[in-house]
Amino acid sequence: MTLTRLSAETLAARLAAKEVSSVEVTQAHLDRIAAVDGDIHAFLHISTSALATAADVDARRLDGERLSPLAGVPIAIKDVLCTIDMPSTAGSRILEGWVPPYDATVVRKLRAAHLVPLGKTNMDEFAMGSSTEHSAYGPTHNPWDLERIPGGSGGGSAAAVAAFESPLALGSDTGGPIRQPAAVTGSVGVKPTYGGVSRYGAIALASSLDQVGPVTRSVVDAAMLHDVIGGHDPRDSTSLRDPWPSFTDAARAGRDSRSLAGVRVGVVKELNGDGFQAGVRSRFAESLEIMAAAGAEIVEVSAPNFEYAIAAYYLILPAEASSNLAKFDSVRFGMRVNPVGGGTVEEVMAATREAGFGDEVKRRIILGTYALSAGYYDAYYGSAQKVRTLIQRDFDAAFEKVDVLVSPAAPTTAFKLGEKLNDPLAMYLNDITTIPANLAGVPGMGLPMGLAPEDGLPTGLQVMAPARQDARLYSFGGAFEALLEDKWGHTLLSQAPSLEPTEMNAARGGAV
Amino acid sequence: MITTEQVAHLANLARIALTPQEIDKLAGELGIIVDAIAKVSEVAGADVPATSHPIPLTNVFRPDVPGETLTAAQALAGAPEHDGSRFKVSAILGEEQ
Amino acid sequence: MAKAELMDYDLAIEMYEPVLGFEVHVELNTRTKMFSDAPNFFGGEPNTNITPVDLGLPGSLPVVNEQAIKYSISLGLALGCSIAPSSRFARKNYFYPDLAKNYQISQFDEPIAFDGNVEVELDDGRVFQVSIERAHMEEDAGKLTHVGGSTGRIQGAEYSLVDYNRAGIPLVEIVTNMIHGAERDAPELAKAYVSTIRDIVRSLGISDARMERGNLRCDANISLSPRGSGILGTRTETKNVNSLRSVERTIRYEIQRQAAILAKGGTIIQETRHWHEDTGVTSAGRPKSDADDYRYFPEPDLLPVEPSDALIAELRAALPESPLLMRRRLKADWGFGDTDFQSVVNAGLLVELVDTVAAGASPQAARKWWMGEISRTANDRGLEAASLVTPAQVAALVSMVDSGELTDSLARQVLEGVIAGEGTPAEVVAARGLAVVSDDGALIAAIDAALASQPDVLAKIRDGKVQAAGAVIGSVMKAMKGQADAARVRELVLVRASEQ
Repeated sequence: MTLTRLSAETLAARLAAKEVSSVEVTQAHLDRIAAVDGDIHAFLHISTSALATAADVDARRLDGERLSPLAGVPIAIKDVLCTIDMPSTAGSRILEGWVPPYDATVVRKLRAAHLVPLGKTNMDEFAMGSSTEHSAYGPTHNPWDLERIPGGSGGGSAAAVAAFESPLALGSDTGGPIRQPAAVTGSVGVKPTYGGVSRYGAIALASSLDQVGPVTRSVVDAAMLHDVIGGHDPRDSTSLRDPWPSFTDAARAGRDSRSLAGVRVGVVKELNGDGFQAGVRSRFAESLEIMAAAGAEIVEVSAPNFEYAIAAYYLILPAEASSNLAKFDSVRFGMRVNPVGGGTVEEVMAATREAGFGDEVKRRIILGTYALSAGYYDAYYGSAQKVRTLIQRDFDAAFEKVDVLVSPAAPTTAFKLGEKLNDPLAMYLNDITTIPANLAGVPGMGLPMGLAPEDGLPTGLQVMAPARQDARLYSFGGAFEALLEDKWGHTLLSQAPSLEPTEMNAARGGAV
Repeated sequence: MITTEQVAHLANLARIALTPQEIDKLAGELGIIVDAIAKVSEVAGADVPATSHPIPLTNVFRPDVPGETLTAAQALAGAPEHDGSRFKVSAILGEEQ
Repeated sequence: MAKAELMDYDLAIEMYEPVLGFEVHVELNTRTKMFSDAPNFFGGEPNTNITPVDLGLPGSLPVVNEQAIKYSISLGLALGCSIAPSSRFARKNYFYPDLAKNYQISQFDEPIAFDGNVEVELDDGRVFQVSIERAHMEEDAGKLTHVGGSTGRIQGAEYSLVDYNRAGIPLVEIVTNMIHGAERDAPELAKAYVSTIRDIVRSLGISDARMERGNLRCDANISLSPRGSGILGTRTETKNVNSLRSVERTIRYEIQRQAAILAKGGTIIQETRHWHEDTGVTSAGRPKSDADDYRYFPEPDLLPVEPSDALIAELRAALPESPLLMRRRLKADWGFGDTDFQSVVNAGLLVELVDTVAAGASPQAARKWWMGEISRTANDRGLEAASLVTPAQVAALVSMVDSGELTDSLARQVLEGVIAGEGTPAEVVAARGLAVVSDDGALIAAIDAALASQPDVLAKIRDGKVQAAGAVIGSVMKAMKGQADAARVRELVLVRASEQ
């Protein structure tokens, strides 16, 4: 099997056994990127120092240095994360070419663990979107069908992993952009408990919703990456001080046992109803049967306030984003547009923001400004924060009865590029399954549950656990994934179409 | 219902020089979106406390100990324009806050 | 700018009741900034004292300085405030190039301290109660420099330059309730109030509180209510008032200006105004309007502050005595009369005196220098006396006079050198060669020469007309260029005259 088809776990083992070098592994992935990324467009920038980093890891290993488990394994980094050696644009024109003078904490942790950054992945501009069509640098394509969206906002990370361009990727999740892209590309994505992973250096969309997490091809790989990036960061006030168990151990234990005996699985009534695609519903029903057969107790639970989640989310997110994005004003960093004939600083700022932001970003900034403005605050932002309390109470009530909650990770399989571009509301509704977890801060995982019979595209399962119980997701996900793969006799992603090598932008130096 | 005047005012608050076409389009879109999300106020009774942070924490502080600072070169590296080690902007013609 | 029409002050007060309000910003002297670990230091090479947080770089996040919280609680307690069991930071959103994130992290509806009271003593010893609405924490903005145009002011500037070294320095903003009843003493009360706040923060040691350096800044609100109308007038808010004297002048000016407008049937525009120290007037700034929609909302990157009862009790126990009580004690300790003591208080030099006495000077000598030569120089230059010299320098000067090393007139020259930045008193003495000539040989030579050139005087002294020695002393002092102790010269003159 070629190196790019291997899981991070397997690569790590081979690297540790010195059967393969990090340079070889990294080169294989760079070659794969060169071959297919012209079609996929998962990457905005390819690192020029990946091979040097890999060579450094190899030298350390030869020197007998004790290295972390994932040392030498390549990784793709969502462009929302600050990297001191690569542009960090968050998919926006306004930050084109901006190289931060500092690394995000998670990036620092990757480097300290000697992972090999391959490059920066495409995303909806400032993570606003569910399709990666709102990137200022062009859409990313779904490896399963190049005419379709890879999910969003972190479609680049999901597509990079699903297209075997990278074994691992970092994503960020505000309302589902880790779990939903995972669902529509057949990969695994985890949104940790809010505060479980540092946000320092993650360009903020909605501060109280954002969370960085792993995007991978297996549950164990996600756990291994989570172990690297998690933990307290004094630079993020919302970072939790909790000691975390080994997520890798949890995932492996689940996989090895293949048992869900005694696990109470809650099915959220409100997240499996109208508007869900038939193939998604049938795969979900089948998943519940598999869980029951493995010993799980399936319980239907109700979360009546989830109905209001999207409304609350689309008030809180734009409100916080309107403030977070105010710093893009052409003074300290980023682009500057001078109006014809010059202008006051106010006019320069307004012209820059008009030219530098895409339509979706402007739409949400205006919406958020409206929600916070005098006379509307109580009715909109204030009420949305109350809905958040109600949703937390729904979760609390549900978790008194069950250990995990499950739902489809997205209501449909990947839709076609452009299909919902002119209907923002329809696009927003696509996040219905994943948003409640962000509002409540609880951890969630998206993982494959099979292909929809009608279109042959991946569907995903979402698993949610109580806050701070991320390990439960990994043991559950590890078991469920193993049960499915036993049944299929292969991984889901092994069924994805092999992509024809094409001309590639980044390889030609056309990267941003 | 959101008027074009409201959108223009919001755009000014948000410092975005929207074109008249954008203002028209946004007024229509926001009207629909706001109608759809206004239902948050239906359920949020006065007895429900607001949640600003998903995981409740308090008193998260930093010791008063100096750390590393950026150099002027690092600070200015991304600036569209600077003069010496200060950022340069167009005339303000307003007043200081 | 056009001179505004002013009404006679007495007439203005006869027709209108002035209603005051103050927002005083105090810069805390913590080691690091409010939300970043950059040193709390403003000045030096621009944009070198900053972290990604102070520059508002994408991805950066604020973390609260614990010491700033403690200082704020101490200040709240000293202002007689209740400390909120739970307070919260909020974002105040507005675009301005000195504001790195285009929002200021401040506190809005949940300040750390509220409902306080400050006793303010007027020149004549009357004590006025000023009620405090709140004290809240926030961060300072960067510094703008306007370039081009003739004045260096924002009007007419071609472009502006921004230095973010000051961005993020911790501030506490103290907001009073509306102050009624000051009547014709309004300007004096204003000055006394700001002076009291300055004394309080200095006694707490939480701020350098130097107005001329912007450590302490006052925005003065004033409105006029027509007598007997019961109607509150429209208020103006004057910024940039950066000395105690300016506070007083600003209030007086605004009362006269507003009265003149109202008396003509005009209306006061609710606006921000700027005080101009040089011309002694205020000028209109930006009118308050709908544009002031700051869209406050709870800062999602920070958590609520919930100080424990134990912490509050600990900080309360550590509070120094209040400035008013301290004044009563000092007056007794120093043995000053009412007038002498009050003049020091009114000059705002009490803390300087305390520190000078602590450094070894007698209260009388400390008073003499601060209220005399130093205040005169400060007045001439339009500066605060405290900005010219330090208490330690004054104490050193006094000590040199006491030991006879300097005469009073030499000491004045030394002071001049110290103010000019030539160093400590000892360094100035050395550099300027100002020490008293204590070598009797040199003095005797000069005395003999003087006596020889004035034989008639010599004869008179010998005849017992001792007061005639004055002429000789004068010419000796002149010959010594003043660097002699006149008393010693007199002794020697009498000795030499009797020996000739």
